[in-house]
Amino acid sequence: MKLRQIADLLGAEVLCGEQQLDEEVHSACGSDMMSDVLAYVKDQAVLITGLVNPQVVRTAMMMDMRCVVFVRGKRPTQEMVELANENHIAVLVSSHRMYEACGKLYSGGLGCEA
Amino acid sequence: MAETLRFHYDVDGDNFTSAGAASVEVKRKLRQLGFPAETIRRVSIAMYEGEINMVVHARGGTADVYVEPDSISIVLADQGPGIPDVELAMQEGYSTAPDNIRALGFGAGMGLPNMQRYTDEMKIETEVGKGTTVSMTVYV
Repeated sequence: MKLRQIADLLGAEVLCGEQQLDEEVHSACGSDMMSDVLAYVKDQAVLITGLVNPQVVRTAMMMDMRCVVFVRGKRPTQEMVELANENHIAVLVSSHRMYEACGKLYSGGLGCEA
Repeated sequence: MAETLRFHYDVDGDNFTSAGAASVEVKRKLRQLGFPAETIRRVSIAMYEGEINMVVHARGGTADVYVEPDSISIVLADQGPGIPDVELAMQEGYSTAPDNIRALGFGAGMGLPNMQRYTDEMKIETEVGKGTTVSMTVYV
């Protein structure tokens, strides 16, 4: 699935990474616990979270992820968007809740195994 | 790269926002040096967890990274409270992190287990009231 399709499925606003929306990603994970992302994630390129702090972006960087989707309309700070942008991570904001957002992406074909 | 490269970082214990900055820097350097992506990821996740631990539990500390062609070692040293029961601390899910840290997405009791999971060797030297030194090695 292209990042652009993720944005479309979630009706998401793109805060950065407009130029990489044609990138293909194959899997995603959803969590508000960064410790669990670091523990259980393997090659998932998209992180869906409702947690807003700079460690979300750092965690995505550590895991070589391509995109972070903030759910429940949570808006990252400008500092976080800049950190993501510098590291070629697209940032999306969706008003959907976590469960809905994951469900829409999963049924749209984005799995959880890379 | 004939000699061991050494990188030293001071980890600021008062600033959760900047925690992980040293790991990001190491990741960037290892990329420049041309290490395989999987090796870089293992090193940087282990170091990141360790860095977060030092900020959460020990008011910061130091991180030293030794890079050789066939191995990367990370030594994290702090002068924090020490770990009274290492075996317990190594159990997945066991955490003493305060609620404000959990609210930030950490403190799931996965830090030390993750560090062990992503490295080939890990050694914890700790003394209650004195501090903790965690040494980890990843073979390329």
